[in-house]
Amino acid sequence: MPLLNVQDLSVGFHTRHGVVRAVNHVSFSLEPGDSLGIVGESGSGKSVTCLSLLGLLPMPPARIESGAAAFDGQDLLRLPAAKLRGILGRDIAMIFQDPMTSLNPYLRIATQLTEPLLVHKGLSRAAAFKQAAAALGGVGIADPEARLNQYPHEFSGGMRQRVMIAMATITRPRLLIADEPTTALDVTVQAQILELIKTLRREHGTAVIFITHNLAVINGIADRVMVMYAGQAVETAPVPAIFHQPLHPYTAALLRSVPSAHKPGEPLQSILGTPPDPLRLPPGCPFTPRCPFAQEPCSLATTAELELGPVPSPAPDRRLTACIRVKKEGADVLRPA
Amino acid sequence: MLKFILRRLFFEALPTLFVIATLTFFMVRLAPGGPFSREKQVSAEVQRRLDAYYGLDKPLVVQYGRYLANVARGDLGPSFKHATESVNSLIARAFPVSLELGLWALLFAIVTGIGAGIVASLRPNTWTDAGPMTLAMAGICLPSFVLGPLLLLLFGLTLGWVNVAGWNTAGDRILPAITLGAGYAAYLARLTRAGMRDILSQDFIRTARAKGLSPTRVILVHALKGGLLPSVSFLGPAVAGLITGTFVVESIFQIPGLGQIIVNAAFNRDYFLILGAVVFIGFVMIVMNLLVDVAQALMNPRLRLGE
Repeated sequence: MPLLNVQDLSVGFHTRHGVVRAVNHVSFSLEPGDSLGIVGESGSGKSVTCLSLLGLLPMPPARIESGAAAFDGQDLLRLPAAKLRGILGRDIAMIFQDPMTSLNPYLRIATQLTEPLLVHKGLSRAAAFKQAAAALGGVGIADPEARLNQYPHEFSGGMRQRVMIAMATITRPRLLIADEPTTALDVTVQAQILELIKTLRREHGTAVIFITHNLAVINGIADRVMVMYAGQAVETAPVPAIFHQPLHPYTAALLRSVPSAHKPGEPLQSILGTPPDPLRLPPGCPFTPRCPFAQEPCSLATTAELELGPVPSPAPDRRLTACIRVKKEGADVLRPA
Repeated sequence: MLKFILRRLFFEALPTLFVIATLTFFMVRLAPGGPFSREKQVSAEVQRRLDAYYGLDKPLVVQYGRYLANVARGDLGPSFKHATESVNSLIARAFPVSLELGLWALLFAIVTGIGAGIVASLRPNTWTDAGPMTLAMAGICLPSFVLGPLLLLLFGLTLGWVNVAGWNTAGDRILPAITLGAGYAAYLARLTRAGMRDILSQDFIRTARAKGLSPTRVILVHALKGGLLPSVSFLGPAVAGLITGTFVVESIFQIPGLGQIIVNAAFNRDYFLILGAVVFIGFVMIVMNLLVDVAQALMNPRLRLGE
């Protein structure tokens, strides 16, 4: 049984100018101990997907339009608030993008770090403090007892993200959602934080959802990847496979625009155009206006036709794409003419 | 922290008091008339003797120097009007009354203002937000010389629940405290709402909620400290203002406090009493602001100096 099974999730923001369709009919699942990367550019709906699962979106304006998210057999989207709070910070924990603003500047690290233990595990203050010191040491912070009495502004950005990770994993959650945890950090620190998440995952067998806009980061931290575009899941695949053979025109274009994958001297290929306005999504496949492989049926495709589906043989294992042409005609469609 | 307080006292508080004393000393002398000018002129001889007794016949600079020397020793001088009493004893008698009135008003302002602000911040743009905020706007707009008589009319005369004037029974404290505190309560409500809205939209509140904390705990532990900071910085001047700025309310309700003393002293050209009261009020203001800075440093770790 999957640890998390999300089916047909749609989230809209009801604003004065209309409904912003941030997430459209997204489905994915995650086995215990599994690691899923969600990749997409800003506004593709990757963060909203996860925040909506945890009930962390401000409602209104946000509204869950459809879907179900079974965690351990309980639908997160329909749980009473108090029940959901019993799961958050205990079985599911989250790390956020900006460690400079995600820790409370008014409270000591000890207060923030022991909170999950006091609230969820009913530990005594002394026991929680001891465990918090151990957790802080576990994420590579020297002299943890003294550091616990300090405030967030006395830590550097990388150190704060270590504190965030210690705080998220202190209750040994079964699912850790990391929302661009390295984006706000400089490159050398990024590598350290990624290494830390990998180590923790190995040691505790925690399932991880890793959100990023950086394909390079996915490599090595995730087993599978889901690519999102304009609120839709356009492709899922095992990580090595997606670099080897993308099966959606958007993924293919995204890979071609990664600078590090390029031979020096060769011009870098960007994706022409801009993502669609989420207030006015085009009919059919949202990538149609920018897609070099688009044909007439693409702009007429229905929601059902755009669901992730298997690729005809000789397709590799566990490959799903939303591209209606690849689903019908096979992977060869994406060969440049 | 102690170093910070001492530095503030010696390098900021003392110079400020010196400037206050100097400016007031020369400004009251600019006003026409003097402490002994009455409709009925005293004879030149009596006038000369009075001036000599109080040192008013000396050059102004000499008087100024002598006054500063006395103030430095803590002696605010004699009163011209109240011949048997010193300024020190007059202030000592009136200040506790103003202090008590101010503290009751402060209590009223904090409880209703901060309470209403927090309630309003939790559900923005609903009636639990609009209701208190509309009342607060009215509170800011309504001056105490309007609110006081209105309250008196309703609760003193029409309903007859409290006395219309005086400072004797516990019930006498209610209307003056509300009249004095209303504007501050309204201002606090708006500041608290703004502060809480700001904090509640921060990333670290989302972190707190992601940890599965109850809404009560999120507000009390994670939001309140930061959300009340604007209100706390306002509390310093507010406390000083409440304790010393009671002129109007003391007049309306006939309360024998510092406000009445100053008003009467100004009418009587009671030089030393005006000066003494002004310097004393300045001193209270400075102490209050210092206390607020200390409170803020305790609440906001990023402000702590030299640690």
